[in-house]
Amino acid sequence: MAKGKKVPEKILRQVPFCPGCGHGIIVRLMMECIEELGYNDNVLIGKPVGCASLLDNALAVDTFTGAHGRNGASMTTIKRLKPDMLVVSYQGDGDAYNIGFSETMNAAYRNEKFTVITINNGNFGMTGGQMAWTSMPGQVTATSVNGRNVELSGMPIRVPEMIASSFDTAYVARGSLFTPAEIKKTKSYIKKAMQAQIDGVGHSLVEVLSPCPTNWGLTPLASMERIVNELVPYFPLGEIKNKGGK
Amino acid sequence: MGDMVKGNIAMGEAAIRAGMHIYCGYPITPSSEVMEYLSWRAQEAGRQFIQAANEGEAMYMVYGAASIGSRVLTASSGLGISLKQEGVTYMAAADYPAVMINVCRYGDGLGSLESGQTDYKRETRGGGNGDYRNIVLSPSTVQEAVDLVYLAFDLSEKYRNIVVILTEGALGQMMEDCDYPPMKEVPYYDWAFDGKYTHGPYPSQMAVDLHAKGIKNNEKRAAITENEQRWEAVGVEDAEYVLFAYGIPGRVVLGIVDELRKKGEKVGIIRPISLWPFPQKAFDSINKNVKGFISVETADSGQMLEDVALYAKKKGFGNVPCYFISSPPGVPKSKFVLENFEAIKAGKVKEVF
Repeated sequence: MAKGKKVPEKILRQVPFCPGCGHGIIVRLMMECIEELGYNDNVLIGKPVGCASLLDNALAVDTFTGAHGRNGASMTTIKRLKPDMLVVSYQGDGDAYNIGFSETMNAAYRNEKFTVITINNGNFGMTGGQMAWTSMPGQVTATSVNGRNVELSGMPIRVPEMIASSFDTAYVARGSLFTPAEIKKTKSYIKKAMQAQIDGVGHSLVEVLSPCPTNWGLTPLASMERIVNELVPYFPLGEIKNKGGK
Repeated sequence: MGDMVKGNIAMGEAAIRAGMHIYCGYPITPSSEVMEYLSWRAQEAGRQFIQAANEGEAMYMVYGAASIGSRVLTASSGLGISLKQEGVTYMAAADYPAVMINVCRYGDGLGSLESGQTDYKRETRGGGNGDYRNIVLSPSTVQEAVDLVYLAFDLSEKYRNIVVILTEGALGQMMEDCDYPPMKEVPYYDWAFDGKYTHGPYPSQMAVDLHAKGIKNNEKRAAITENEQRWEAVGVEDAEYVLFAYGIPGRVVLGIVDELRKKGEKVGIIRPISLWPFPQKAFDSINKNVKGFISVETADSGQMLEDVALYAKKKGFGNVPCYFISSPPGVPKSKFVLENFEAIKAGKVKEVF
C-alpha cells in the first residue's frame, strides 16, 4: 500500500508556480533532504532572481535574496564565515548559467564548499520564455521566434560537464522528474550533494531538467515527453562526478 | 609620533583594528596595497580574505558576508567601484552595512593612474539605481584615513548603511606618520541570518512595501544628516572669500589660507570631511557679508561645487557667487590655486552659480 509522506515542516505554504512546473517538486526534494540530514535549524538558502523569486516567505529557513545570478559569490562568503551551516544555492539556469555564469563558474573553480541546485527548463521562465543558453537548437522562444539558430547563438550549454571536467569539485549530477523513479534518483543526487558539503569534501552541483509547460506551449504531460525525447539525449542524466565522502 | 606608513596599508590595518571579519576585493591601481596588505595580515589576525574574479563578484561576496552580520570591507578605485554598483544598491535595499574604500583615480572610463576627485558625484548620490545614499567620508592625511576607516565600521552598523571612504591615489600612495587605534574583536551582528530562522522571513526586495520602506529610509537619512556632518573650518567668520576643498586639495588649501591670513587677507576654508552628509552646518559660522564661495577640486567639472551652491542657497547665501577652480590630475599646486584665486578676486573669472 502506498504510504503518504508528510510535507517537510519548514515548508510554510504552497508556492504558486505554473501548473505542471517542476519547481514545486524540486523545492520539496530540497527541503526533504535538509530535514532528513538534520539541518532544519542550521541552513541558509540562496534564492535567485527568476521563477524561484516566488519562494518569498514560503520557507521557514533563512533565505537570502540574491542579486540576479550572483549567488555563487554571495554563498561563498556565507559558507566561509559560517562553515558549519548548510548553504544551498537554488537557481534557475538563466540565473546560474547566463547572467551568473561568471559567479557560478568561479565558485566551482575555487571549490567553494556549498551546494548548487540549478533548475534547467531551457528558457527564461519568469520574464516570459526568452532564449536561454540551455535552449535547444530550433527551439522557439520569445527571442528566437523562428527557432534557435545555433550558428549565431551557440549550442546549448552543459555547465555540469564543464565543471566536472575542469574543476576539482566534490559532486556533480544531473537529474530529472519525468517518472517517480527519476524523482527519487534526483533526490538522492541532491542529498549526496549536500552530504559532500557537510563532509567538507567540496563544491557540489545538481542540475535538474525541469518542465516549463507555460513557456514551452505544451501540456504538462507533453512537456515530460519532450524532456525524455529531446532533452535527455543532449543533457545526459546521472552522476557526472562523485569524489565520495570522508 | 607613530610609524611612517603608506596610506593604503594604514587603511587596511585600521580595518583589522576595527574588527573587520573579511575582506573581498580585486586589485586596481592605486588601491591595490589595501588588499595586498590584507592578503596576509587578515590571516595573521584570524580574519578572512578573498581575491574575487572581478570587482562585481567581490561586491556580491560583500553582500553575502553582510547578510550574516560580519564586518566586511572592500576597496577599489574609479571604474572598479562602478562595477560594484549593482551589489551596492542591493545592499542598500537590504539595509546591510559594509565599508568600501575608493582610492580615486582621475577621469572617465579607464581614466588615468593619477590621483583625482572625479568620483564625488557618484559616491555622494548613491551610484546605482534607486533612492539610497551612502555615507561618504574623505580624509586629508594618513592619520585621518586611519581614524575614518575605524569610525566607518561603527557608523555603518549604527545606520545599517554602506560607508564609503573616498580618498585619492595620492593619499593611498603617500607615507606619513600615524598612530593606530586599539584592536577590537567584534561578534557578528545579532540582527543577521544565523541559519536558525531567528528573525523570521526576510522579505525579498520585491515583496516589501517599497513606499513605506522609502519613508523609513528618509527618516534614516534625516538622522544621518543631523548627526554625522563632519568638517574642518578656518577663518570663515570674517572671510570675504571661503574656499571649499576636501581630501588632498583640502590640505593644500588649508596651507594657502594659513599663508594668506598671515598676510592679513580675509579668506577662509571649509574642508568637508563628510561629503554625504554634506556639512551644511558649516555655513552657520560664515561671515554674512562673504563675497564668494570657491570650490577647489581635482576634477574637470565642479562636482562638489554643486553641493556648495545648493547649501549656500539653503543657508541664506543664495546671492553669493560660487566659483570653481579645476585642478589638473595629481596633487594641486599651491601656486596654481593662488593664481586662480587672484583671478577670481580680480573679477576675471565668471561664477558658475
